[in-house]
Amino acid sequence: MNAPGAFPEVDLRDSPLALRGLTAGYGGQPVLLGADLTVPPGTMTAILGPNGAGKSTLLRAALGLLRPEAGRAFFWGGDLDRMRGRVAYVPQRASVDWDFPATIEDVALMGLQRELGLLGRVRPRHRDRARAALDRVGLLPLADRPIGALSGGQQQRVFLARALAQGADLFLLDEPLAGVDAASEESILRVLRELRDEGRTVVAVHHDLGTVLRRFDRAVLLNRRVLAEGPVALALTARTLQATYGGRLDPLALAGLDG
Amino acid sequence: MGAEFVILTLPPLTAAVLAALACALPGNWLLLRRQAMLGDAVAHSVLPGLVVAFVLTGTLSPVPLALGALAAALVAVGLVEAIRRRGRVDPGTAMGAAFTTLFALGVLLLELSGAARVHLDVEHALMGNLESLVWLDATGWSSLLDGAALRGLPPQIGVLAATLLGVASVLWLLRRPLFASTFDEDHARVTGQRPALTGLALVAATATAAVAAFQAVGAIVVIAMLTVPPAAARLLTDRFETQLRLSLLLAAGCAAGGTILGGYGPLWLGAPASVSAAGTIAVLGGLALALAAGFGPRRRPAAAGRPGAAALDGPSGEA
Repeated sequence: MNAPGAFPEVDLRDSPLALRGLTAGYGGQPVLLGADLTVPPGTMTAILGPNGAGKSTLLRAALGLLRPEAGRAFFWGGDLDRMRGRVAYVPQRASVDWDFPATIEDVALMGLQRELGLLGRVRPRHRDRARAALDRVGLLPLADRPIGALSGGQQQRVFLARALAQGADLFLLDEPLAGVDAASEESILRVLRELRDEGRTVVAVHHDLGTVLRRFDRAVLLNRRVLAEGPVALALTARTLQATYGGRLDPLALAGLDG
Repeated sequence: MGAEFVILTLPPLTAAVLAALACALPGNWLLLRRQAMLGDAVAHSVLPGLVVAFVLTGTLSPVPLALGALAAALVAVGLVEAIRRRGRVDPGTAMGAAFTTLFALGVLLLELSGAARVHLDVEHALMGNLESLVWLDATGWSSLLDGAALRGLPPQIGVLAATLLGVASVLWLLRRPLFASTFDEDHARVTGQRPALTGLALVAATATAAVAAFQAVGAIVVIAMLTVPPAAARLLTDRFETQLRLSLLLAAGCAAGGTILGGYGPLWLGAPASVSAAGTIAVLGGLALALAAGFGPRRRPAAAGRPGAAALDGPSGEA
């Protein structure tokens, strides 16, 4: 693994997402301190850390939803503004009001808004893409249903479908498996792996160590600072986990990791 | 129904329907964005604009007053957005802070400028002057085809028609960005949309509709039509397009029904005089919402919502 501050020799232009000294917070109180990160293309990265570690803040600051107090986020070496078509964001499910008069297909179509622009008409090929995205997450049979009737796992899959419809190369997901039933979790993880296998890049904020060990390629340990970054087996050690979670981590979760 | 209806009832009825549609249309978006009280905010914050316009022009003629009101309304909605974003408070709080401050500023300006001596008719402001919209050039239904007579229509009808057209055009153009950013503002921002600008366009359209409608129908109808038809329609369907259509139907039904019931209802019952059309419209709206809440299909699919909606449109059927 790489020690914090030392970067692998990756050309920034090859890295879908790289952070350099990203510092951000709320009301003048920094939550995230000088985050450095280089995500290689075609990988599946989990961002792990305790509550309040700044995981969501990291995503929000990288995407410009929160103005960074210092540092920068690079998307393929450039500014997000030039790369927006290639970046899909899947916010936390709880961040929206699901009692909204939209159908499942309406939400998937929102992934195409950037392409459609102000005056573009929704044509059959747009609808086809939205429906293909819904098919991929197993929601096509429900496409015409109001979103108010969805379970938590289905809500999360609609969000993923909206990102898929966009056809992005980098997917940034905030807690995509939180409060999700086992079938939805399996479906979401399968889609994320397929995306990785297609050469796209997945970065997900996540909280369950077990899923990360089994299903992700790389891990970032975060507790206000980036404490470890690299392939799962190298980044997640008893030492780095101890440094990230302090005494709060179940010792059983540490069993099986190298000392 | 002959010449008398065309001269005395058709103009206020048309004005009321146009005003109700112009308000209900943006009201659908405001409802979903939890900004339904924006109409109330605008109604209060136009006062400083009216006073400044009066002081600058020295007259109470409608055009400068309307421009002053519109300017104040736009300042108010800009202020609401700024307070909401900078202060990180919910829209209701931002509106409460902005419109009370502007209304109070209007009161102070009124005292300082000496305009307080000018008669300010509170009843007019609340209830509008629908009944005063008469078409004296009309001789009967055939006047609708008579160009010379049509030019004699009350000017408010033309203003309201143009406002409705403008508001509808802006909202139609922005329908997808509004839909996407109302549902998920963060996602919209990441995809490069400008939710703040879209939101500002919505509130500006609302302010324009409200100011144009105030003069003809008064604040009560403006606030009622901004909130009640969309809220009732929301209870009848889970689809936005259906909600929009039902709300426009309800708004037109309440406006037409209210004008006629207010004008003729008491006479039918043997009472000697009419009652306020504006008041009747707002009361009908409240009844429609109560019926939708009590007996509506409670957000089952749209098809199930139709019978409830038809029942609510009853009053307009009496026209």
